Amino acid sequence: MKITVRIWRQKGPEAKGTMVPYELDDVSEHMSFLEMLDVLNERLTLEGEEPVAFDSDCREGICGMCGVVINGIAHGPEVTTTCQLHMRTFNDGDTIDIEPWRAGAFPVVKDLVVDRGAFDRIIAAGGYITAPTGSAPEANNLPVPKIDADHAFEAATCIGCGACVAACPNGSAMLFTAAKITHLGLLPQGQPERESRVLNMVEQMDAEGFGSCTNIGECTAACPKGIPLDVISQLNRDLMGALAKPGSA
Amino acid sequence: MASTQLTKKRVPASRSTVAMKYAMAVSGLIMVGYLILHMYGNLKVFGGQEAFDAYAHHLRTFGEPMLPYEGLLWIVRVALLASVLVHAWAAITLWRRNKAAAGYSGGKRYHSSKGATGVQRSYASFTLRWGGVIILVFIVYHLLHLTANVISPGGASDSPYQRTVNGFEIWWVVLSYTIAVLAVGLHLWHGIWSALTTLGQNRSKTRLASRLTPLAWFVSAVITIGFLLPPWAILLGITG
Ligand code: HEM
Ligand code: SF4
Ligand code: FES
Repeated sequence: MKITVRIWRQKGPEAKGTMVPYELDDVSEHMSFLEMLDVLNERLTLEGEEPVAFDSDCREGICGMCGVVINGIAHGPEVTTTCQLHMRTFNDGDTIDIEPWRAGAFPVVKDLVVDRGAFDRIIAAGGYITAPTGSAPEANNLPVPKIDADHAFEAATCIGCGACVAACPNGSAMLFTAAKITHLGLLPQGQPERESRVLNMVEQMDAEGFGSCTNIGECTAACPKGIPLDVISQLNRDLMGALAKPGSA
Repeated sequence: MASTQLTKKRVPASRSTVAMKYAMAVSGLIMVGYLILHMYGNLKVFGGQEAFDAYAHHLRTFGEPMLPYEGLLWIVRVALLASVLVHAWAAITLWRRNKAAAGYSGGKRYHSSKGATGVQRSYASFTLRWGGVIILVFIVYHLLHLTANVISPGGASDSPYQRTVNGFEIWWVVLSYTIAVLAVGLHLWHGIWSALTTLGQNRSKTRLASRLTPLAWFVSAVITIGFLLPPWAILLGITG
């Protein structure tokens, strides 16, 4: 396949970026999207040009490193991670636009690489449970209703890729934050810190400069893990409950 | 760069953007409740001058002598004014914040011209902010016209019925009113769903799968049609 890619090139955090076109003559439809970029980078290196900086690690859709915006859509046209997207999704002769996540809280480091440290700080603010370490506890000591276990598991599959923020017209991190609130809040181990968790995570989310949710739902359309929109209502219920407690805030 | 340090300045969750959305949702729903009552009142125009004016009079004497003349009306007016102020304040504060949060570069967020209308966004969700501004401007004009009667297209009158009919016999009055009502309809098409979700009521995986979405559509359609019937009936000479 012949493909033209237009890629956001930006030398560093403060540099001004721009879209730069590259033509690729020999793209196999079996290539993954990142392999296509690897091929381009090999060529650029041979030509003595600076290769395109992009993030990736597992390349199997579980680490959340590889997100870029493809043709204006986070992770591109298929509901999956960029590393799991294949060139057969595109047609011979296509022009493909590739840009970094855009969000005030995700500054561009270089080209397609952004700093998603804000997500780590939201998790550090409350996305954990306190449990004794040592020998594993007896699993059957803590029964969990099936429906809660399923829902918590679904929310727990978030890989922290940031597509929800990149897709949200408000740059809001509600889906990401709410997924963790739901995951831990539905399980017995998450109860002791349930109120402090939602208060602290929401405060950190704001401090990082994320926007506020207008319930448009673009996040769920972009999420490669299918995190459901109802987690946002769950966060809202937990926060209202925590704020209603006297002395909580 | 130590990404685990929580050094950023934090404000209490009670003053967070999420709490601001609660204020916005509650104030919005108060206004929706008012609109439904208001629409019921307007439809009395089909009962003729006596029914309409009697209803308007009744609203002013309601609760007498426990409440003074126009007592109920003033309670409602104060509640509505507070709602509009809270709602508009939250809308403008979050609007500015969200623009920065979306990380524009050179006037654009994404330079690709594809995908600009999103994947599953509704048209209504694009119109909320400027639509809200249109509604605000209209509310001022509307109060000057039919409440205070400072502007009186078609002629002033002591009878609320006569004021209404005089106004709506003029095409541009009906036109401006229609635009405003459609703006309200679009606003609520997304707004009612959004408010209920913000208040924790959505239990579905997507916006379109939620029962709240058709509920929002239904209520906004009823409000839109209910408000458009009287002016068009008057303009077309069906009533009045
Ligand atoms: C005064 C002018 C107004 C402005 C500037 C304004 C603006 C906005 C904005 C920007 C939103 C956020 C959209 C979202 O959450 O997705 C919103 C939501 C909403 N508006 Fe308004 N609006 C105005 C008047 C009204 C009126 C008159 C009503 C009721 C009849 C109303 C009802 C609602 C509702 C129910 C919501 C949803 C609240 C939520 O998302 O939590 N608004 N408005
Ligand atoms: S909620 Fe989905 S889109 Fe957002 S970070 Fe988690 S996996 Fe990525
Ligand atoms: S590289 Fe790990 S999810 Fe794509």
